[in-house]
Amino acid sequence: MQENHPSAGKAEEIGRDSFLQGAKDCLPTLLGYLSIGFAAGVVGKTSGLGIAEIALMSVMIYAGSAQFIAAGMVAANGSIAVIVFTVFIVNLRHLLLSAALSPYFRHLTPAKNMLIGALLTDETFGVAIQRATDANRIGERWMHGLNLTAYLNWIAATLAGAFLGRWIANPEKFGLDFALSAMFIGLLVLQLTSRRNLAIDLIVAVSAILIVAGASMAFSANVGVIIAALIASTIGMAVEKWK
Amino acid sequence: MEIRWEVFLMIAGASIVTFIPRIVPLVLLSRIRIPDWGMTWLKYVPIAVMAALVGQELFLENGKPALFPPGPELYAALPTIAVALLTRSLLATVVAGMISMMLLRALLG
Repeated sequence: MQENHPSAGKAEEIGRDSFLQGAKDCLPTLLGYLSIGFAAGVVGKTSGLGIAEIALMSVMIYAGSAQFIAAGMVAANGSIAVIVFTVFIVNLRHLLLSAALSPYFRHLTPAKNMLIGALLTDETFGVAIQRATDANRIGERWMHGLNLTAYLNWIAATLAGAFLGRWIANPEKFGLDFALSAMFIGLLVLQLTSRRNLAIDLIVAVSAILIVAGASMAFSANVGVIIAALIASTIGMAVEKWK
Repeated sequence: MEIRWEVFLMIAGASIVTFIPRIVPLVLLSRIRIPDWGMTWLKYVPIAVMAALVGQELFLENGKPALFPPGPELYAALPTIAVALLTRSLLATVVAGMISMMLLRALLG
Protein backbone atom coordinates (compact mmCIF):
# COMPACT_ATOMS: atom_id res chain seq x y z
CA MET A 1 0.00 0.00 0.00
CA GLN A 2 1.55 3.19 -1.15
CA GLU A 3 -0.39 5.90 0.54
CA ASN A 4 0.62 9.45 0.76
CA HIS A 5 0.25 10.79 4.25
CA PRO A 6 0.51 14.53 4.18
CA SER A 7 0.32 14.43 7.97
CA ALA A 8 3.40 12.22 8.27
CA GLY A 9 5.68 14.92 6.89
CA LYS A 10 3.97 17.41 9.14
CA ALA A 11 4.49 15.25 12.24
CA GLU A 12 8.16 14.88 11.38
CA GLU A 13 8.40 18.62 10.94
CA ILE A 14 6.83 19.16 14.37
CA GLY A 15 9.23 16.66 15.99
CA ARG A 16 12.14 18.44 14.36
CA ASP A 17 10.96 21.77 15.68
CA SER A 18 10.01 20.58 19.17
CA PHE A 19 11.21 22.05 22.45
CA LEU A 20 12.73 18.67 23.36
CA GLN A 21 14.73 18.53 20.12
CA GLY A 22 16.07 22.01 20.88
CA ALA A 23 17.11 20.86 24.35
CA LYS A 24 18.83 17.82 22.79
CA ASP A 25 20.65 19.94 20.23
CA CYS A 26 22.01 22.01 23.12
CA LEU A 27 23.73 19.01 24.73
CA PRO A 28 27.05 19.26 22.85
CA THR A 29 27.57 22.80 24.14
CA LEU A 30 26.94 21.89 27.78
CA LEU A 31 30.54 20.84 28.52
CA GLY A 32 31.89 24.11 27.18
CA TYR A 33 29.33 26.13 29.14
CA LEU A 34 29.85 24.02 32.23
CA SER A 35 33.58 24.65 32.33
CA ILE A 36 33.38 28.37 31.66
CA GLY A 37 30.39 28.79 34.02
CA PHE A 38 32.25 26.87 36.69
CA ALA A 39 35.23 29.15 36.19
CA ALA A 40 32.96 32.22 36.37
CA GLY A 41 31.61 30.93 39.69
CA VAL A 42 35.10 30.40 41.06
CA VAL A 43 36.20 33.88 39.95
CA GLY A 44 33.05 35.40 41.44
CA LYS A 45 33.71 33.74 44.77
CA THR A 46 37.35 34.78 44.90
CA SER A 47 36.29 38.35 44.00
CA GLY A 48 34.35 38.47 47.24
CA LEU A 49 30.87 38.03 45.77
CA GLY A 50 28.37 35.98 47.79
CA ILE A 51 26.58 32.90 46.46
CA ALA A 52 23.31 34.84 46.08
CA GLU A 53 25.09 37.63 44.20
CA ILE A 54 26.75 35.15 41.83
CA ALA A 55 23.40 33.46 41.22
CA LEU A 56 21.69 36.79 40.55
CA MET A 57 24.44 37.68 38.08
CA SER A 58 23.94 34.45 36.14
CA VAL A 59 20.17 34.82 36.12
CA MET A 60 20.12 38.50 35.09
CA ILE A 61 23.28 39.03 33.01
CA TYR A 62 23.83 35.51 31.59
CA ALA A 63 27.03 36.30 29.70
CA GLY A 64 30.33 34.63 30.49
CA SER A 65 32.93 37.23 29.59
CA ALA A 66 30.85 40.04 31.11
CA GLN A 67 30.51 38.18 34.39
CA PHE A 68 34.26 37.56 34.58
CA ILE A 69 34.98 41.21 33.96
CA ALA A 70 32.30 42.44 36.37
CA ALA A 71 33.60 40.16 39.13
CA GLY A 72 37.16 41.33 38.52
CA MET A 73 36.10 44.98 38.62
CA VAL A 74 34.08 44.46 41.80
CA ALA A 75 37.20 42.97 43.38
CA ALA A 76 39.15 46.05 42.23
CA ASN A 77 36.46 48.38 43.67
CA GLY A 78 35.47 49.70 40.24
CA SER A 79 32.61 52.20 40.11
CA ILE A 80 29.17 50.94 39.04
CA ALA A 81 29.06 53.23 36.00
CA VAL A 82 32.43 52.02 34.70
CA ILE A 83 31.53 48.35 35.22
CA VAL A 84 28.17 48.75 33.45
CA PHE A 85 29.78 50.59 30.54
CA THR A 86 32.48 47.91 30.19
CA VAL A 87 29.86 45.16 30.19
CA PHE A 88 27.98 47.09 27.49
CA ILE A 89 31.06 47.19 25.23
CA VAL A 90 31.87 43.52 25.89
CA ASN A 91 28.36 42.44 24.92
CA LEU A 92 27.89 44.68 21.89
CA ARG A 93 28.78 41.75 19.63
CA HIS A 94 25.31 40.36 20.44
CA LEU A 95 24.00 43.04 18.04
CA LEU A 96 25.67 41.14 15.19
CA LEU A 97 24.47 37.71 16.34
CA SER A 98 20.92 38.99 16.80
CA ALA A 99 20.95 40.65 13.37
CA ALA A 100 22.27 37.50 11.69
CA LEU A 101 19.50 35.40 13.25
CA SER A 102 16.70 37.84 12.49
CA PRO A 103 15.90 36.60 8.94
CA TYR A 104 15.02 33.17 10.38
CA PHE A 105 12.44 34.51 12.84
CA ARG A 106 10.41 36.72 10.52
CA HIS A 107 7.38 34.50 11.12
CA LEU A 108 7.23 35.59 14.78
CA THR A 109 5.82 38.72 16.39
CA PRO A 110 8.24 41.32 17.84
CA ALA A 111 7.35 40.22 21.40
CA LYS A 112 8.24 36.61 20.58
CA ASN A 113 11.45 37.75 18.91
CA MET A 114 12.30 39.57 22.12
CA LEU A 115 11.94 36.37 24.15
CA ILE A 116 14.24 34.55 21.73
CA GLY A 117 16.85 37.33 21.78
CA ALA A 118 16.82 37.65 25.57
CA LEU A 119 18.71 34.36 25.98
CA LEU A 120 20.99 34.66 22.95
CA THR A 121 24.64 33.67 23.48
CA ASP A 122 27.65 32.88 21.27
CA GLU A 123 27.01 29.18 21.76
CA THR A 124 23.24 29.06 21.19
CA PHE A 125 23.81 31.31 18.18
CA GLY A 126 26.36 28.86 16.81
CA VAL A 127 23.98 25.93 17.15
CA ALA A 128 21.01 27.86 15.75
CA ILE A 129 22.81 29.25 12.69
CA GLN A 130 24.14 25.78 11.98
CA ARG A 131 20.56 24.52 11.93
CA ALA A 132 19.52 27.40 9.70
CA THR A 133 21.75 26.07 6.90
CA ASP A 134 19.33 24.87 4.20
CA ALA A 135 16.28 26.38 5.94
CA ASN A 136 14.63 29.77 5.76
CA ARG A 137 13.21 29.71 9.25
CA ILE A 138 13.96 28.33 12.71
CA GLY A 139 11.19 26.87 14.88
CA GLU A 140 10.21 28.93 17.91
CA ARG A 141 9.82 25.99 20.31
CA TRP A 142 13.09 24.44 19.15
CA MET A 143 14.89 27.73 19.86
CA HIS A 144 13.32 28.01 23.32
CA GLY A 145 14.41 24.43 24.08
CA LEU A 146 17.96 25.28 23.04
CA ASN A 147 18.00 28.62 24.91
CA LEU A 148 16.45 27.41 28.17
CA THR A 149 18.68 24.33 28.40
CA ALA A 150 21.76 26.49 27.93
CA TYR A 151 20.47 29.06 30.45
CA LEU A 152 19.72 26.53 33.22
CA ASN A 153 23.04 24.77 32.63
CA TRP A 154 24.82 28.11 32.94
CA ILE A 155 23.15 28.97 36.26
CA ALA A 156 23.88 25.49 37.62
CA ALA A 157 27.51 25.67 36.45
CA THR A 158 28.24 29.06 38.03
CA LEU A 159 26.66 27.93 41.31
CA ALA A 160 28.69 24.71 41.25
CA GLY A 161 31.82 26.80 40.65
CA ALA A 162 30.96 29.10 43.54
CA PHE A 163 30.37 26.16 45.91
CA LEU A 164 33.08 23.74 44.79
CA GLY A 165 35.76 26.09 43.46
CA ARG A 166 37.85 26.09 46.59
CA TRP A 167 38.42 22.31 46.35
CA ILE A 168 39.61 22.33 42.76
CA ALA A 169 42.96 24.00 42.93
CA ASN A 170 43.99 23.55 39.32
CA PRO A 171 41.23 23.17 36.70
CA GLU A 172 43.77 23.69 33.89
CA LYS A 173 45.21 20.28 34.68
CA PHE A 174 42.08 18.68 33.23
CA GLY A 175 42.05 20.83 30.12
CA LEU A 176 38.93 22.64 31.35
CA ASP A 177 40.29 26.01 30.28
CA PHE A 178 40.39 24.82 26.66
CA ALA A 179 36.78 23.60 26.52
CA LEU A 180 35.48 26.98 25.38
CA SER A 181 38.15 27.42 22.70
CA ALA A 182 37.43 23.89 21.47
CA MET A 183 33.73 24.71 21.26
CA PHE A 184 34.38 27.82 19.15
CA ILE A 185 36.71 25.77 16.92
CA GLY A 186 33.99 23.13 16.52
CA LEU A 187 31.31 25.70 15.70
CA LEU A 188 33.57 27.38 13.13
CA VAL A 189 34.60 24.11 11.44
CA LEU A 190 30.98 22.90 11.32
CA GLN A 191 29.93 26.19 9.73
CA LEU A 192 32.72 26.07 7.15
CA THR A 193 32.04 22.48 6.13
CA SER A 194 28.25 22.71 5.91
CA ARG A 195 27.72 25.89 3.89
CA ARG A 196 29.18 24.80 0.53
CA ASN A 197 30.64 28.26 0.12
CA LEU A 198 34.14 27.33 1.19
CA ALA A 199 36.26 29.73 -0.90
CA ILE A 200 34.69 32.99 0.31
CA ASP A 201 34.00 31.60 3.79
CA LEU A 202 37.71 30.84 4.19
CA ILE A 203 38.66 34.34 3.02
CA VAL A 204 36.26 35.76 5.63
CA ALA A 205 37.54 33.48 8.40
CA VAL A 206 41.22 34.20 7.73
CA SER A 207 40.53 37.95 7.47
CA ALA A 208 38.65 37.88 10.78
CA ILE A 209 41.53 36.10 12.53
CA LEU A 210 44.15 38.50 11.14
CA ILE A 211 42.05 41.58 11.93
CA VAL A 212 41.21 40.44 15.45
CA ALA A 213 44.92 40.05 16.20
CA GLY A 214 45.66 43.57 14.93
CA ALA A 215 42.58 45.29 16.33
CA SER A 216 42.95 43.72 19.76
CA MET A 217 46.37 45.34 20.08
CA ALA A 218 45.03 48.77 19.19
CA PHE A 219 41.79 48.46 21.17
CA SER A 220 40.56 46.03 23.80
CA ALA A 221 40.08 42.37 22.89
CA ASN A 222 36.28 42.69 22.97
CA VAL A 223 36.23 45.71 20.68
CA GLY A 224 38.69 43.77 18.51
CA VAL A 225 36.13 40.98 17.96
CA ILE A 226 33.45 43.47 16.88
CA ILE A 227 35.78 45.33 14.49
CA ALA A 228 37.06 42.05 13.02
CA ALA A 229 33.53 40.73 12.50
CA LEU A 230 32.33 43.96 10.86
CA ILE A 231 35.27 44.23 8.45
CA ALA A 232 35.51 40.50 7.61
CA SER A 233 31.75 40.28 6.84
CA THR A 234 32.10 43.31 4.58
CA ILE A 235 35.03 41.63 2.79
CA GLY A 236 32.85 38.54 2.27
CA MET A 237 30.04 40.65 0.85
CA ALA A 238 32.40 42.54 -1.46
CA VAL A 239 34.11 39.40 -2.77
CA GLU A 240 30.78 37.72 -3.45
CA LYS A 241 29.51 40.79 -5.26
CA TRP A 242 32.52 41.43 -7.49
CA LYS A 243 34.02 38.03 -8.05
CA MET B 1 22.90 34.82 51.57
CA GLU B 2 22.54 38.51 51.06
CA ILE B 3 22.80 40.84 48.15
CA ARG B 4 24.51 44.17 48.69
CA TRP B 5 22.65 47.18 47.33
CA GLU B 6 25.53 48.45 45.18
CA VAL B 7 26.15 44.97 43.77
CA PHE B 8 22.46 44.73 42.93
CA LEU B 9 22.61 48.09 41.11
CA MET B 10 25.67 46.95 39.16
CA ILE B 11 23.99 43.67 38.16
CA ALA B 12 20.74 45.42 37.21
CA GLY B 13 22.61 47.95 35.05
CA ALA B 14 24.76 45.27 33.43
CA SER B 15 21.71 43.15 32.68
CA ILE B 16 19.94 46.04 30.90
CA VAL B 17 22.95 46.89 28.70
CA THR B 18 23.32 43.18 27.87
CA PHE B 19 19.62 42.69 27.11
CA ILE B 20 19.28 45.58 24.63
CA PRO B 21 21.87 44.51 22.01
CA ARG B 22 20.52 40.97 22.23
CA ILE B 23 16.94 41.87 21.35
CA VAL B 24 16.95 45.07 19.27
CA PRO B 25 18.04 43.59 15.90
CA LEU B 26 15.76 40.56 16.26
CA VAL B 27 12.76 42.75 17.11
CA LEU B 28 13.39 45.43 14.45
CA LEU B 29 14.93 43.50 11.54
CA SER B 30 12.24 40.83 11.62
CA ARG B 31 9.73 43.61 10.79
CA ILE B 32 11.49 45.34 7.92
CA ARG B 33 12.72 43.99 4.60
CA ILE B 34 16.50 43.83 4.52
CA PRO B 35 18.02 44.72 1.10
CA ASP B 36 19.94 42.04 -0.79
CA TRP B 37 23.37 43.44 0.04
CA GLY B 38 22.35 43.44 3.71
CA MET B 39 21.37 39.77 3.56
CA THR B 40 24.66 38.94 1.81
CA TRP B 41 26.53 40.82 4.53
CA LEU B 42 24.60 39.07 7.31
CA LYS B 43 25.38 35.72 5.70
CA TYR B 44 29.07 36.23 6.52
CA VAL B 45 28.58 37.48 10.08
CA PRO B 46 28.47 34.00 11.69
CA ILE B 47 31.75 32.88 10.08
CA ALA B 48 33.38 36.22 10.89
CA VAL B 49 32.31 36.24 14.55
CA MET B 50 33.24 32.61 15.20
CA ALA B 51 36.62 33.01 13.43
CA ALA B 52 37.33 36.18 15.43
CA LEU B 53 36.50 34.37 18.68
CA VAL B 54 38.74 31.44 17.69
CA GLY B 55 41.51 33.85 16.71
CA GLN B 56 41.22 35.59 20.05
CA GLU B 57 41.36 32.32 21.97
CA LEU B 58 44.31 30.89 20.02
CA PHE B 59 46.50 33.79 18.99
CA LEU B 60 46.14 36.33 21.76
CA GLU B 61 47.41 36.27 25.30
CA ASN B 62 46.13 39.17 27.43
CA GLY B 63 45.46 41.22 24.31
CA LYS B 64 48.95 40.70 22.85
CA PRO B 65 49.69 38.42 19.88
CA ALA B 66 51.16 35.14 21.18
CA LEU B 67 52.52 33.44 18.08
CA PHE B 68 56.22 33.28 18.87
CA PRO B 69 56.62 31.02 20.70
CA PRO B 70 53.22 29.41 20.10
CA GLY B 71 51.29 28.65 23.29
CA PRO B 72 49.89 25.20 24.12
CA GLU B 73 46.50 26.41 22.78
CA LEU B 74 47.85 26.37 19.22
CA TYR B 75 49.13 22.80 19.53
CA ALA B 76 45.90 21.63 21.18
CA ALA B 77 43.94 23.26 18.37
CA LEU B 78 45.41 20.94 15.70
CA PRO B 79 43.92 17.62 16.93
CA THR B 80 40.76 19.54 17.86
CA ILE B 81 40.32 20.76 14.27
CA ALA B 82 41.09 17.26 12.95
CA VAL B 83 38.40 15.70 15.16
CA ALA B 84 35.91 18.42 14.15
CA LEU B 85 36.55 17.68 10.46
CA LEU B 86 36.38 13.90 10.90
CA THR B 87 33.39 13.60 13.22
CA ARG B 88 31.38 16.77 12.48
CA SER B 89 30.36 16.46 16.11
CA LEU B 90 30.52 19.40 18.49
CA LEU B 91 30.63 17.20 21.57
CA ALA B 92 33.47 15.04 20.21
CA THR B 93 35.35 18.23 19.30
CA VAL B 94 35.05 19.69 22.80
CA VAL B 95 36.12 16.41 24.44
CA ALA B 96 39.06 16.05 22.00
CA GLY B 97 40.15 19.61 22.78
CA MET B 98 40.07 19.03 26.54
CA ILE B 99 41.96 15.73 26.29
CA SER B 100 44.58 17.30 23.99
CA MET B 101 45.10 20.14 26.44
CA MET B 102 45.24 17.76 29.41
CA LEU B 103 47.89 15.59 27.69
CA LEU B 104 49.90 18.63 26.59
CA ARG B 105 49.93 20.00 30.14
CA ALA B 106 50.91 16.58 31.53
CA LEU B 107 53.77 16.29 29.00
CA LEU B 108 55.03 19.85 29.32
CA GLY B 109 54.74 19.74 33.09
